Parts: sequence; C-alpha cells; structure tokens
Amino acid sequence: MKYMMFVCTDTEPETDDSLVPDVDKWVAENDAAGRRLEGDQLAPPSAATTVRVRGGQLLLSDGPFAETKEVIVGYDILECADLDEAIEVVRAHPMAWRGRIELRPFPGA
Amino acid sequence: MEPVRAVVAEALADSHGRIVAALIRITGDWDLAEDCAQEAVTVALERWPSDGVPDNPGGWLMTVARNRAIDVLRRATVERRKLAELAVLSDPAPEPATASDDRLRLIFTCCHPALALEARVALTLRTVAGVPTADIARAFLVTESTMTRRLTRAKAKIAQARIPYRVPSGAALAERLPGVLAVLYLLFTRGYDSDGEPAFAAEAIRLARLLTALMPGEPEVAALLALFLLQHSRRDARRDDEGNLLTLDRQDRARWDHDAIAEALRILPATDGPYALQARIAACHAADTTDWPRIAGLYDRLAERLPSPVVQLNRAVAHGYAYGPADGLALLAAAREGGGLDDYPLAVAAEAELTARAGDRERAVALFERAASVAHSYAEQRALLARAEELS
Repeated sequence: MKYMMFVCTDTEPETDDSLVPDVDKWVAENDAAGRRLEGDQLAPPSAATTVRVRGGQLLLSDGPFAETKEVIVGYDILECADLDEAIEVVRAHPMAWRGRIELRPFPGA
Repeated sequence: MEPVRAVVAEALADSHGRIVAALIRITGDWDLAEDCAQEAVTVALERWPSDGVPDNPGGWLMTVARNRAIDVLRRATVERRKLAELAVLSDPAPEPATASDDRLRLIFTCCHPALALEARVALTLRTVAGVPTADIARAFLVTESTMTRRLTRAKAKIAQARIPYRVPSGAALAERLPGVLAVLYLLFTRGYDSDGEPAFAAEAIRLARLLTALMPGEPEVAALLALFLLQHSRRDARRDDEGNLLTLDRQDRARWDHDAIAEALRILPATDGPYALQARIAACHAADTTDWPRIAGLYDRLAERLPSPVVQLNRAVAHGYAYGPADGLALLAAAREGGGLDDYPLAVAAEAELTARAGDRERAVALFERAASVAHSYAEQRALLARAEELS
C-alpha cells in the first residue's frame, strides 16, 4: 500500500527541541527498510506559480492556490502494509512534531 | 409471529457482531457482511414461525449468512481461499470469548482513531451491535440518509486508507484501548442523558460486558463495565413522579437495581486507572453510608490523572462534605482559576450548596437563582429554584 506524506508547517509546533527526532536518521532507517520510496523538500511557497486553463486560455498566478498559514514544505512516498504501520513511520518524522503531516493513500495501490 | 420476532431479536443481538466480524475477516467486505447478516434475519423471520426456533439460533443465523456470502462470492468468482475458509465457518456461540475473537478485531477497527469520533460510535452501533441505521440517526439528531452516508464514508475510509482489521498488540494496545473505552463511554452517556436514547445505555453495557470477556487482563475494561452498572442501577430512581431530577440523597434506594450493584462490586478492580477510580467513587455512593473522606481521597487521585474542570469541581464538592464547606469553597475557587467552569451551572450550584452549608443563606439563595438562570434543562432549573425557595 502506497501512502503520500504531505509535510506541512503548523502554527503551534512542539516547543521542546530535545524531543524532536532527527530527520537524517529517519530517512536512513526508512530507506534501508524499503518503506520510503522517495521524498524531498520543496522551495518556499513564494516560489510557487499556480496554473489554470479556462476556455483555452492560460491563467497564471503568483503563489500557492490556497493562502494558509500552514504550507507544504516537502513530501515523502511510503510503502507500508497498512495505515497503522504508516502512522508509526510518520510519528517518528521530525515534522510531525515541528509541523503536521497529512497521510493520504494512493487509490488501490 | 411476535414471540418469534422477540427470539430473533435476542439471537441477533447476541450473534450479529459475531457473524459480521467473521464475514469481514474472511471476505474483507463490510457491506457484504452486513447484507448477509440482514438476509439471515429475514429468512429466520420467514421460517421460524412454521419450522420452530432452532436449538442454536445464533449458529443457524451464522450458517444462513455464510451460505449467502458463498453464493454472492461464487457469482463474483473470487479466490478459492476465501470460499474454502467460508465453507468451514460455523458459529462458536457456546464457546467462551477469547482474545482472537473476530468481534474484538471488529471493535478495534470501528473505534480506530483515524475515524471521526461520531463515526466511530455510529459504526460500532451499526456493525458490532446491529442497531438499525434509523435508530442511530435518531439518537444523533440527523436524517437516516445522512447517517447512511456517514457510515458509508467511514467504511470507505477503512478500505481506502487500509485501516487494518486487527487488535493492536504491546504498546499500541495500551495507546488504543482508551479510545475504544471512550467510544463506549460516549455511547453510554448518549443513552443515559435525559434526552438520549435509553436503549443505548443497555447497548453500551452489553458491549462493555463483551469487551470484559474478550480482554480479561485489562482492569480498565472491567472498571468501565462496573461504572456503567453502578450508574445504570439508579435509572428508575433518578426522577420523582413529576419527572424532576433527584440528587442521590433524595432517591428511593429501594428502586435501585441491587443485582447490578452487586455485579459491579464483584468485578471492580482495585487499580488506579481513570475508570477504576470513577467506578470506585460510584461504588461509595451506592453504599449504605457515604464515606466522604474516602471519596475525597479517590477524587484527589483522579484529579492527578485527569485534571479536567469537572473532576476538579467534583473533588471540591467531595472535600466540602468530608472536611467542611470552607475546604470545599477554597478548592472550588482554585478549580475556577482556569476559566473552564465559567457559567457551568453545576459549578454555580455547587458553590450555592457549599455557601448554604457554611451558613450564609442569603448569598446561597442568590447563587441558586443564578445557577437556575444558566441551567441547561428545565428539570435542572426547577430543581435549583426549589432549593432557593427552601432556603428563603
């Protein structure tokens, strides 16, 4: 089962840095276990361009399509047996502590 | 016909969860499992009046539901493995419940924290307890079609996100069990609240009993059942003939369900979990004489584990009875500091009662009147105004 992790910021992060796990360790462990298929960080939302085509005409706008305080800063794609395994992987990611992570399955994957 | 309907209802209440849980485990298809259980009931209602009620009604229902599932799956040409597993499925009704019971998997899946709390309660009622969707909808104050959609969405999430059909083990079990107990607790209060669905309280007790049999090593499960039994034992004594709510000291104890109280005391664990402490407090209230210092001590421990404003309020009241109104008022003032009790009618009523017992009748009357003005229900309001009247 494939899951997408949308890695986001949050307005109320964990304040105790000593509790937050290390990202390099997380990547190394999950790559080695074959659970992390790929993933990366994204440039800030200020670098985003939103693209639409309406009536054949290209419409571009500067910035992300939704203006929110929480922004997507990266993603990872996981291969896990089920949701419980995926949750265990995500809870050990530093951004589950410093931000928030949306876990969404790929359909029928 | 009617007696047969009652036998079918009883057999179903006992075996619905068992049938659905087993069919879900083998087929992975929640709708198929429910449809086949429903089909078995329809066939029973047709046949039992003329053929007579079978010796093992649950086993009979399981066999009919299983055969129906085999028919449907044959037509859909599914894997042989599922059909082979279904072929040997029979109802183990007379056997004691065990941890590998399919119903336990079903309960933990229905109560998975990745589902919304209301969806968990509704799905547990529908799937484990077999309560009709229309009845669940009424209790949640939504239309039947809204509730059907909510249940469908929950089942779709289970399938799409692949929520596992499994009882968690080790540390995960300790993390997940409180969530399951919270669903049962919410179900119970839905049944016990004055405007709730009374059958839900009985359903919550039935599920807690099942969970106690399935997880005999978990004291909080037995504690939850004991708490339900103790609260439910007072259901016939809570109101006077006019429907006014009565405080414990004014209830007719002869109308309490003493069998339920005896059962609760038998299973009550001596542990310190939040439900165990609440059940032990409820047990103190069921005793012939109320041991307030003991209740105050139990609330001290409960407040350490569960420092909610309501627990702090009850702790203040207990200290007031145990050690005098001044102690109670001091703790109440401390409990209010967080602001969580602002305009909470029971907090104002508690202050009024403590003030009356401290001898300041005039202030107590004013406080009772203020509590009545913020009361949530008419029955509550009447009881508070009656108290103000008594004092002035």
